[in-house]
This record gives sequence, C-alpha cells and structure tokens, in this order.
Amino acid sequence: MSTTTDTPASDSKRKAPAGERVADWADGRLGIYSLAKANMRKIFPDHWSFMLGEVALYSFIIIILTGVYLTMFFHPSMNEVEYHGSYVPMQGVQMSEAYKSTLDISFDVRGGLLVRQIHHWAALIFLAAMLVHMMRVFFTGAFRKPREVNWVFGFLLLLLGMFTGLTGYSLPDDLLSGTGVRFMDGAILSMPIVGTYVSMFLFGGEFPGHDMVARFYSFHVLLLPGLMLGLLAAHLILVFYHKHTQFAGPGRTNKNVVGMPLLPVYMAKAGGFFFLVFGVIAAISALFTVNPIWNLGPYRPEEVSTNAQPDWYMGFPEGLVRAMPGWEVSVWGGHTLVLGVMIPVMILMPLVLAAIALYPFIEAWVTGDKREHHIADRPRNAPTRTGFGAAWISWYFVLLIGGGNDLWATHFHLSINAVTWFVRIGFFVVPVLVFVATRRICLGLQRRDREKVLHGRETGTIKRLPHGEFIEVHEPLDQEQLHTLTAHDQYEPVEIGPETDENGVERKVTRGQKLRSRLSKGYFGDSGQIPKPSAEEYKELTSGHGHH
Amino acid sequence: MSETGSHENVSDDDNLPERPDSQADAQGAVEKKADNPFADPGLPPHEHRIQDIDERAAKRSERTVALMFALSMLATIGFIASYVAIDIDEIIYVWPLGHISALNFALGLTLGVALFLIGAGAVHWARTLMSDVEMVDERHQVAAEPVVEEKVKADFLQGAKESGFGRRKLIRNTMFGAVALVPLSGVVLLRDTGPMPGDKLAKTLWRKGKLLVNENTNQPLRPEDIAVGSLTFARPEGLEHDDENFNNEIAKAALMIVRLEPGDIKDKKELDWSHEGIVAYSKICTHVGCPVSLYEQQTHHVLCPCHQSTFDLADGARVLFGPAGHPLPQLKISVNKEGYLQALGDFEEPVGPAYWERPR
Repeated sequence: MSTTTDTPASDSKRKAPAGERVADWADGRLGIYSLAKANMRKIFPDHWSFMLGEVALYSFIIIILTGVYLTMFFHPSMNEVEYHGSYVPMQGVQMSEAYKSTLDISFDVRGGLLVRQIHHWAALIFLAAMLVHMMRVFFTGAFRKPREVNWVFGFLLLLLGMFTGLTGYSLPDDLLSGTGVRFMDGAILSMPIVGTYVSMFLFGGEFPGHDMVARFYSFHVLLLPGLMLGLLAAHLILVFYHKHTQFAGPGRTNKNVVGMPLLPVYMAKAGGFFFLVFGVIAAISALFTVNPIWNLGPYRPEEVSTNAQPDWYMGFPEGLVRAMPGWEVSVWGGHTLVLGVMIPVMILMPLVLAAIALYPFIEAWVTGDKREHHIADRPRNAPTRTGFGAAWISWYFVLLIGGGNDLWATHFHLSINAVTWFVRIGFFVVPVLVFVATRRICLGLQRRDREKVLHGRETGTIKRLPHGEFIEVHEPLDQEQLHTLTAHDQYEPVEIGPETDENGVERKVTRGQKLRSRLSKGYFGDSGQIPKPSAEEYKELTSGHGHH
Repeated sequence: MSETGSHENVSDDDNLPERPDSQADAQGAVEKKADNPFADPGLPPHEHRIQDIDERAAKRSERTVALMFALSMLATIGFIASYVAIDIDEIIYVWPLGHISALNFALGLTLGVALFLIGAGAVHWARTLMSDVEMVDERHQVAAEPVVEEKVKADFLQGAKESGFGRRKLIRNTMFGAVALVPLSGVVLLRDTGPMPGDKLAKTLWRKGKLLVNENTNQPLRPEDIAVGSLTFARPEGLEHDDENFNNEIAKAALMIVRLEPGDIKDKKELDWSHEGIVAYSKICTHVGCPVSLYEQQTHHVLCPCHQSTFDLADGARVLFGPAGHPLPQLKISVNKEGYLQALGDFEEPVGPAYWERPR
C-alpha cells in the first residue's frame, strides 16, 4: 500500500482515500465501475404498492439469517430420548431428538425462542407478502411483455416457498405437524399405481419411520432454499434489467422511467425498509407466540388434538380436501382409485396454482399484443383481467374457509356440515359472482373517469341560475389529470371475419381462432370496456362554453 | 398459439390501439398540446419541501434522524443488558398478552426497536433531506437490434456448421442417447430410499388371541372395564412405547373401543364381531390417516378432528359426513378363558387411508 505504483494517476501528490483505492483495486479485477455506471444512479419509480415485493425479499433474508442460527442447535434426528430438560411439564416424556432439541432452543438457549419465533413469523409473512406482491403485479398488468418470464420465476418462488414452509414446520416432530405429515402421506397414497411406492421411498418405509425429519431437514435447509436463492437472484436481475414499471402520469411514458436514483434515495429507503420489516417482525415475535410446540407434545401417530390447522398458506389445499366428497371407486379388477383425496390434491391444487401461473400467456394470446408494456394499468382499465383476479382471490378465500371449517363452526356457532356445504357450492358459484360484480364495478369506475374528463370534477358548489335552476359547478380538470385519465390503451376486439373469402371460397377458421375471437369480444367488446373519451368529444363539449 | 398470421383476417395487429409516438418526447407533446387536450404536458415542475428552503427545518430533520439512530443504539444496549440480566426461566405477566417469558419479551422488543429505528431514521433521512428531484431514465427495447440479431444467428449457424452437428447424425444421436440415459443412474440410486410396499400397509400386529391393552393404564382390558357410553383406546399386547417400531406399528394397530347397547347395533356383522355390545374399531381415519377420536355417546358418532369425517359406530362405522371414502375397519373380538378381551385375528381389510392396491 505504501509503495507508489507507476500508473499515471499516482503522479499527483494527492493520495486517494482508502475506500476509493479499494474500489480502484476491485475495478481492475472485477470491472465494478462498468457495472456501477448503469446501476448506481438507476432510477426507480415510487408507489406504495412497489414495496410489497420488498417485504417478501427482506423476510426471506431474515428467514435465512435466523435459520442458520437455528441449525446450530437443532438435531434433525428421530432417535427416541427421554426428556430431562428445564421445561417441567415434559419431564420424563419420550420424544424424538428433533422435538427435544426444539424444546431446548425454546427453553435453554437464551434468545433461542426469539429466533425461532422470528423464523416462523417471517415465514408466514414471506408467503403472505409474495402472494400480495403477485396480486399487485397481476392487477396492474405488470406481467405483460417483457416480464412474463419474471412472473413465472415469482410464481415458482411462491410454490417453492409453500413447500419450504411445509417441510420447515414439520421438523420439530410435534403432534400438530406430525398430523400434517400424516395427511401428506395419505395424499401421496392416493396417487394411482405409484402411491405406496412414493410413500415408502419418501419416508424410508412405513409412515412415520425414522428418516422423515432428517430427509425433510435436507430439503428444508439445502435443496429448496438453494433453488429459491437462484430464482430470487434471477428475479432481481430481471427487475433491474427490465427497469421497474410505473403508473401513467405527466412525463411518464412507456419509453422512460421517472423516479429517484438508487444512490442515495433508494439505498436509504429500501435499505431502511429492511430494518423496518425486521424490526416489526422482531416485535411481533416478542409479543405473539407462534407454534408453541411445548403445548402440543411430541408426535404420536395414535394421538391428535382438535383444531388441527396447517400454516395459513397450506390452508387452500386443506380446504379442497375437507370439502371434497369421499369418492372411492374400484378400477381394473379391484384396485382402488381414491378420487376423494386424489382430485383435490393432485388435480385441483395444481389447477388453482396453474390458473395464476399461466394467465400472462393466455392474456397475451387473446390480445395478440407483441409490444413491450412498462406502464402499469389501473385495475379498472382492465375490467376482465381484474374480474379474473378478484374471482381467483375469492376462490382462494372460499378454500381457506374450507380449510378452517371446524374453526368457523365453533367460533360462529355454525353447523360444520353447513360450512362444508357452503364451500362445496361456493367453490363453483362465488368466483363467478365475484367476477361479474368486479367487472361491473370496473366499468362503473371507467364511466366515472369518463365523466370526470368530459365534464370536470364535481365541486360540491351549488349555483342558482337567473331563471331559478340549480346546478352543481363542475371544475374542468387540468391537463395533467386529463392526460393521466386517458393515457391507457384500449384494444379492439378481434374479428374472425366472414366465413368465406372474397372469391366465395370457404375459409378455414380453426377452433382456436374462434375461441380467441370470443374471448377478445368478452375482454374488449361493448360489455368489456367503456370507450375512453376522445379529444374530439372533449373539444366538442368544451368549445360551446355551455354547461350540460 | 401461433396460428394467426397476417394473411388471415384474424390479425395480430388489427386490434391494437394506436399509440402516438409523439407522446414519448417532450417536444412533440408541446407541439401537440394545441390540438390535443389530453397530450402529455411533461413532468410537472419540482415542488420544494420545507427542508429545501428553510435551513432550520432541515436541521430539525437532521436532529430527528440522529435521535432515531441514537435511540437505536440505546435499544441495542438494552438487548445486551436483557440477555445478561434476565433469567431464562423468568415468567412475567404482561397485559393483555398473559404470562410470557420475560427474556423473550425483552429481547424481542429491544431488538425490534433497535432495528425499526435504524429503518425509520434512514427513511426519514431519504424523505426529508436527500434530493427529491425526479429524474428520468430512458428505456431501451429488450430485443436486440436487427443487425445484432442477424450477426448472432449467423454466428450460431457458422458454429453449428463447424461442429458438424447437423451433418454427422450418428454422433448427434448417440450423444443424445448417452445424455438421456446417464440420469438413470441417479434414479436407480433412489431405489434404496425405502423398501417395497409389499403388504406392509395391509397387515397390523393384531393376531388371534392378542389381548387388548388399555392405552392409559397399560393393563389388559376386561369387558367390565368398559362402561356403556365410554370410549377406550387400546393397543395390542406386547407393543411397548420404547419399542424400536412403536410409532409405525401403533399407526396401524391403534384401536378404539366402545360399549353399545346390543339392541342399538344396526349392522349384523358388527353385532357378530362384538362382545356383549363392546365393539373395537380402527382408530385410524380411512380418509388420510388421522386418529379419529371425538366420540358422541348419545348418537354413537365419532368425528375425525382433522377433516371432520363422521362415522356411525352403531352402524358398521358407516361414513355419515365428510371426505372419508369408506367405513373404519372393525376388529373381531371375544373374551378368553381368563376373562380378558382378545382379538380373533387381524383386521380383515387394510386400516387407514385408501391406496391403489387396497382391495375394494
């Protein structure tokens, strides 16, 4: 360091500060300046909903930090031991080492309980944040070209997150989570032909066996988070590469991005937000106990407690299973096809998820739009999409009610049969009703925007005219508002055209084309959107200086 | 998906709205402003915050931020002090949370405050003191320019040609074969992750002559131990809690015993397999295997607490409601010479959840 180098820069007497010299050193080897040129002052647009993904990112980091700490004390072993630790009610109870070490973390490691609580709370929040972030992206159309691939990455993160959570909360080998794994085994057994084999190979023999915790441990701390880290890196790289979407507004176009630079504003805001999320989760963990395994006891296959519930993100498959009628049919000379478990777990659960995963590709096919989209839609301006999104959420919530049908029954003094029947019917009916209602609300909001553009804002001021008539004074919008409310695109529905071409020869119209045309009419026909006001309409109305 | 071409009436571009390019640049917007009232007026002028124009307000913000950072330091010191000073076994009463661990409460709150204040300070700093002048970055199309695209494709074709990949089909096909086969080794290695299922799921520890041992008292059951309306859990004689395979065996053999009035039993086979109205059913739910354990003595219904399948114990454990697909298997019982309840064999059908090989 003290020796002078022979570069021209060192000719000057001034010695660069240490940080700059380190950066120079790194640039010569890693090329960091070229990287920083594009990214250090990168512009990010501002909107409260853009931080939902950040909540997910930060809770994932918190999960990794706390998870590494927990591995130092947790023993992923199902060897049976007798408990002689400091938690008196469990003295002398037979339990697996996994359960015992979780008790030790909770009662004998100072701060161990807090880290466990932060780990579990952060996992619950991580999944919730991913789902809500995904909904934000959905409702604003931020999944459109060029971001379809990133949508799929995000979807895979959600999916893997669910299974990382499931394998994680099963590790303590307590009565509740063991019951959950028993359910998983029952679901695996329902697979036609291969069910029993998959079950034996997963558990190393009959359920529960002696290998489950060790195997789930390697899935939970290595395989699944490893995949997720890779996907997360790709997800973030694409966010940088595509640049963030922004809402329409004065000066905000499809070809620019308006906001604040990464250094310093977003470094401070986003970096600070990490601490905010971590702080809130730590406080929640101090105040509210999650998964008190010491109350549940170690897992025993012949014991169970009431109100058995999975973590919330596994509530929708739980609801599917609870609502499904117990169909079992005999096939191929006495084999059993367990439809009552297979349909909800192997068919409907993937269907609920796939509906959301594939949506960007379906919408792109219907619109036929090959352009890049960087302006986020207001949900009202895409009524059919918004209707589908709201319908999907209602579907999910109906299933969450189904997953907790016992709690609904006991808390609200309802019949469990009635709750289950509500879910069975609601599964089909509620999404349709919500779709129709949401679309109508969107169209209503579009009409209101149209009114506002053409006739101005209602001021609430009532004026009496000379001839006695009362009118409300409308204040014209300024150009910024006019532009913002009319900046969105409106598609024309696809026309198939005549059955025969100009020479009278029958034209071949494929079924796909017909379907696409019908969908397109539904999306963009008269019932699917309110035409946005045109400049001509506006001028016609305003040039007369009259009021309507 | 790609059947639509420009030669069809269903064109990909017909239904796209026009997007005036002039909106993109500010100059065009100004030009158009005259005839288009909806044209983009461009970025509104920056509005100053109080901190931008009043140095005293900026100083106030600075002090607020510094205060938050300082308080965070205090909270961290509080965390360390709590860690050292508070006993791990200490329980305190905090309204409205109830009795909770003092250490967890103190550590969590001090850590939460320390972290939150760093975040709040940073955000307040960014919002009040860092420049809030909006800046503009241009976007660039993701897809490559045509020149680049052509170059890349030409390079690829050249590389492919030089490899002889397309021409030497023998090499290509054998390579595909080798690469496709090699993962099979990994699949084969998974074979020993578990044994073959065989009839493991169909057999339990119950045999002819095995006594029914009460799960709570660990004593063999006599008929007089079981009162009408009571629910008793039992396991097969010889299975002990510290046995290596206790969990695997009890997961299949767990038994639920109730005494009914013989006249109440509607199912003929159930009556035949019972003893003085005492019936023994598998405790493992036929849906996905939870232990069924909620018994309603007036109706003789049992309910599984996991997914609420309801079985009628007076009628062959028929499914009354819920997602279970078949009745709970019944165990044939009688009394031996010493007066103890005994099994007359194994279950005649597999217990627990249904599966492909299960006869039906």
